[in-house]
Amino acid sequence: MTHLSRAFAFVVAALAAGVLHAAQVRVAVAANMAAPLQKIADDFERATGHEVVAALGSTGRFYAQLRGGAPFEVLLAADEEIPARLEREGLAMPGRRFTYAIGRLVLWSLDPGGVDPQGNVLKQLPRGRLAVADPRLAPYGAAAMQTLTRLGVLPAWERALVQGESVGQAFQFVASGNASYGFVALSQVMSEGRITRGSGWIVPAHYHAPLNQDVVLLNGGRANPAAHAFLAYLKSESARTTLRSFGYDIATP
Amino acid sequence: MPIAREDLQAIWLTLKLAASTTLLLLLLATPLAWWLARTRSRLRAPVAAVVALPLVLPPTVLGFYLLVAFGPQGWGGQFTQALGLGLLPFTFAGLLLGSILYSLPFAVQPLQSAFEAVGRRPLEVAATLRAAPLDSFVHVVLPLARPGIVQAAVLTFAHTVGEFGVVLMIGGNIPRQTQVVSTQIYGHVEALQYTQAHWLSAGMVLFSFAVLLALARMNRRSTRVVG
Repeated sequence: MTHLSRAFAFVVAALAAGVLHAAQVRVAVAANMAAPLQKIADDFERATGHEVVAALGSTGRFYAQLRGGAPFEVLLAADEEIPARLEREGLAMPGRRFTYAIGRLVLWSLDPGGVDPQGNVLKQLPRGRLAVADPRLAPYGAAAMQTLTRLGVLPAWERALVQGESVGQAFQFVASGNASYGFVALSQVMSEGRITRGSGWIVPAHYHAPLNQDVVLLNGGRANPAAHAFLAYLKSESARTTLRSFGYDIATP
Repeated sequence: MPIAREDLQAIWLTLKLAASTTLLLLLLATPLAWWLARTRSRLRAPVAAVVALPLVLPPTVLGFYLLVAFGPQGWGGQFTQALGLGLLPFTFAGLLLGSILYSLPFAVQPLQSAFEAVGRRPLEVAATLRAAPLDSFVHVVLPLARPGIVQAAVLTFAHTVGEFGVVLMIGGNIPRQTQVVSTQIYGHVEALQYTQAHWLSAGMVLFSFAVLLALARMNRRSTRVVG
């Protein structure tokens, strides 16, 4: 009987999925994932027929919004703390959290000769402003401060710092020419495996705490097959290849 | 102590920005409002529309254009650099410029209505008494337009205190230079520091309520005097 009802439920679900075939998944996405997500979402839509509706923003704001009942089903966070916290607080499904990407930090300038590949420019006296994401809010900002501290150049550069509310804004400050340099996410300046604009120094990963980015299935996505499929898709070789081409590392399982 | 040092600095900077904006804007808006109130030029309507633009544009649009125009490649940035002022984004002067644009209608519109309400008659009377135009403006028009001037000042001050989008775009969150209360609240919320966010937010609500209450009282009194 239970077998029968289970089979029946499965058939109904399969039919529903077939009829509705384009199920939607609402994804909240960290700002640094903007570019790779677009490609991943396209590939996912082509492979499964489901549709991805993505909202870009800061992970901290998504947390506040989720506590206020925001209707997201998956969160691609910029860190691992907030996903863990959502899980603890019962806002995300337990046991479905994993690190989908490890971010890399880059010191970047719009000027093709602005940053040398070893980052020695930091050891000189500051010329112009250095944009970072607010270290209180963004892991990339905290990693930037750790890098400056590790190199012993924080006191020299402190007065040149300008903070964006997210790494997206730090990038915008440099891209608009208002800051000469910026610590941004490698994914913002890299595509197809190389830095496409300006010049940059890819900060060695051990200069700062690892930029592990976790994904969680939020309560709203519990019953949505598209949400489950999207989570599974993030582990696929195709998604990983995309993430790597934008400069992310992938956690070895 | 729930209010941290950066929060106090942000409060002080906000008040400084609002006061400077109010002062400069009253000086700039008075001749503009006077012209708008009196002119029959065909330019009147387009100028009035431009003045009103900040009322309807999202502040981020204003901030974005300021960031681009006053960056090193923009015309504004090349102009300020040629003057030896350097670049305005991420400086107090930059915020001041942004606030002046952002609050422009809040200064011009009450002044314009006040000048229109004064009408031509008092000036004509002053002229027959041989008062020079500037003399009659200072001694006749300004006293008659006083409620409008006070209203413009109070609204500009309060509106600048509540400014957020422009500062977020061109501020850079530098303590004592561009970190104001509204961006500080935003930062607290994003950093999950809800207690500090509550303190500052409640302060903003109380402040805004007090300002609007004072303005409403003032308006009632001035209508009584005029009426």
